[in-house]
Amino acid sequence: MSEANEKSFKFFQLKNNLINFSFVLPAVIIFSVFYIYPFFEIFRLSFYSWNGISPIERFVGWQNFIELAHDDVWWKSMGNAAYITLIALTFQNALAFALALACDREIRMKRFYRVVFFIPPVLSEIVVGLIWQWILYSGFQDGQHIGLLNYYLDRIGLHHLVHNWLSNPDTALTCIAVVHSWKGFGWGFIMLLAGLQTIDRQLYEAAKVDGAGSWRTFWNVTIPMMVPVILVVIVLTVLGSMQVFVLILSMVGQGLVYHTEVPVTRILSAMTGTNRFGYACAMGVTFGMVLIMISLSFKLLSNKVKQV
Amino acid sequence: MNKKQADSIPINQYQVTGFFKGFLIHTFLLIVTLTCLFPLFWMVRSSLMTNQTVFVDKSLFPPDIHFYNYIQAWTEGNFGMYFLNSVIYTSCVVFGIVLVSSLAAYAFSRLQFPGKNFFFYMFVAAMMIPLPGSFVPLYKLMNDLGLINTRIGYILCMINVGLSLSILLLKTFFDKMPPDLEDAARMDGCGRLGIWWNVALPLARPAIAVIVIFNSLNVWNEYILATLLLNDKNLMPLQRGLMVFQGSHSVDYPLLMAGLTIAALPIILIYLLMQKHIIKGLSSGAIVG
Repeated sequence: MSEANEKSFKFFQLKNNLINFSFVLPAVIIFSVFYIYPFFEIFRLSFYSWNGISPIERFVGWQNFIELAHDDVWWKSMGNAAYITLIALTFQNALAFALALACDREIRMKRFYRVVFFIPPVLSEIVVGLIWQWILYSGFQDGQHIGLLNYYLDRIGLHHLVHNWLSNPDTALTCIAVVHSWKGFGWGFIMLLAGLQTIDRQLYEAAKVDGAGSWRTFWNVTIPMMVPVILVVIVLTVLGSMQVFVLILSMVGQGLVYHTEVPVTRILSAMTGTNRFGYACAMGVTFGMVLIMISLSFKLLSNKVKQV
Repeated sequence: MNKKQADSIPINQYQVTGFFKGFLIHTFLLIVTLTCLFPLFWMVRSSLMTNQTVFVDKSLFPPDIHFYNYIQAWTEGNFGMYFLNSVIYTSCVVFGIVLVSSLAAYAFSRLQFPGKNFFFYMFVAAMMIPLPGSFVPLYKLMNDLGLINTRIGYILCMINVGLSLSILLLKTFFDKMPPDLEDAARMDGCGRLGIWWNVALPLARPAIAVIVIFNSLNVWNEYILATLLLNDKNLMPLQRGLMVFQGSHSVDYPLLMAGLTIAALPIILIYLLMQKHIIKGLSSGAIVG
């Protein structure tokens, strides 16, 4: 009797589990096919030589990685991504923080500013890139510059500042980094402002009572309280800026010069340009490792900060 | 008396510096505002000119404007088609994400089954691990499955992109939901699916709004998968169409700017209508993260 009961209970439990599992089944299937499988496939393919069409995948061991280590263009592209990231970290985040501080007080039109600063982040990289490409246009017609920036530089007498902004190797990458910052500072602004608004106002009152000026209050109250949020913003900025590439495609195109190459455009051109899928995967794996190391070290850093 | 003095003098000082401070702060904020808006203004303004005038006339408000570029972009430039495709992809993907992720998040939050934590952390881990170049094996997979140049292939890929974050958001929401209502529904004879549909989903409306908005922006603005998976002009969404158009009409800037305006306007309008949700969603994300 009790055995039969136990059996039917087990059957009931199994059925119950299956029904419950069926709730997550669609998500698990889609995720396994379109995320898990490619995830392992990128590691496997990075040890193969494959042209993307032929059925033959030749195992080459570590050869893709060894070649990558000696690929000068690859290392240059890493440097370019680091340069864009550096500008985003300094210029973009300083601007975002300054704007957040300015809006974290009783001022008029606060909501208006908040709405406007987040317009560039909601636009696509293609739209942003093509608008700025038009503004930075470097042609010359009927005795005047076509591009808006060059036209006004010329008009206000700064002829020496007129450049072929996007085709000159000296300025192209900086232009991309600045446009990237233009598109991105709204993110940091919103996040930092949200962080500033969680700071207890009584802390500011207490600092005032203790006779601290606004500068000392900033260093001794605002900054320490903001460290966790600042770290999050920094990590997101680094991960986002290292992987920027659609903006580059829309501003300068691809494959003309190496001055504006970043790792992801290298992966893309190894894949679509030279049909070296295995090499492209090796690049993806290597670059992914770099990014994981960066975010892990920030994670450790923020844990340490939280302990203190 | 001493106290009074100490109070009154600094307040006067504050008012003076406060005025200048406020003036400086507003100047700074307004300059940044102008930098945000001017490129968009320039885009619209250039889209209203002809190919002859756009290269020489630099006035802010050109004397003769016309809307012919929009008609031409919509018909000859194929933007009508691209726009329709973007609408199809965005609505299908967002519908799919809401359906699939709310089912999964509800189960992760309220139902019991073996391996629950394993599967949940699998989704969370996917968000933590950056995988640049994942489009390479994804392209191979889609090729093997014969899903290149199909709407369903692109839609499934994009559902996957938005899945993890949506599940996480909805699960945290369901976790905070009071169980009383579900108990009441169970008393009334509602099954699991009934509770999900009649109780959980209606209550989760604010979280679903955030998911709908962020995924809509994401799908509407997506470029790289659309490039790799869709080569047929009749299947391309706007972002892909813009790049194709730019490649073939590299000199017709007014027409290109009209295309850009067509691609950007819906996003800006949706953002302006929904900005409260967007900024709230982002702000809470910042504090949680």
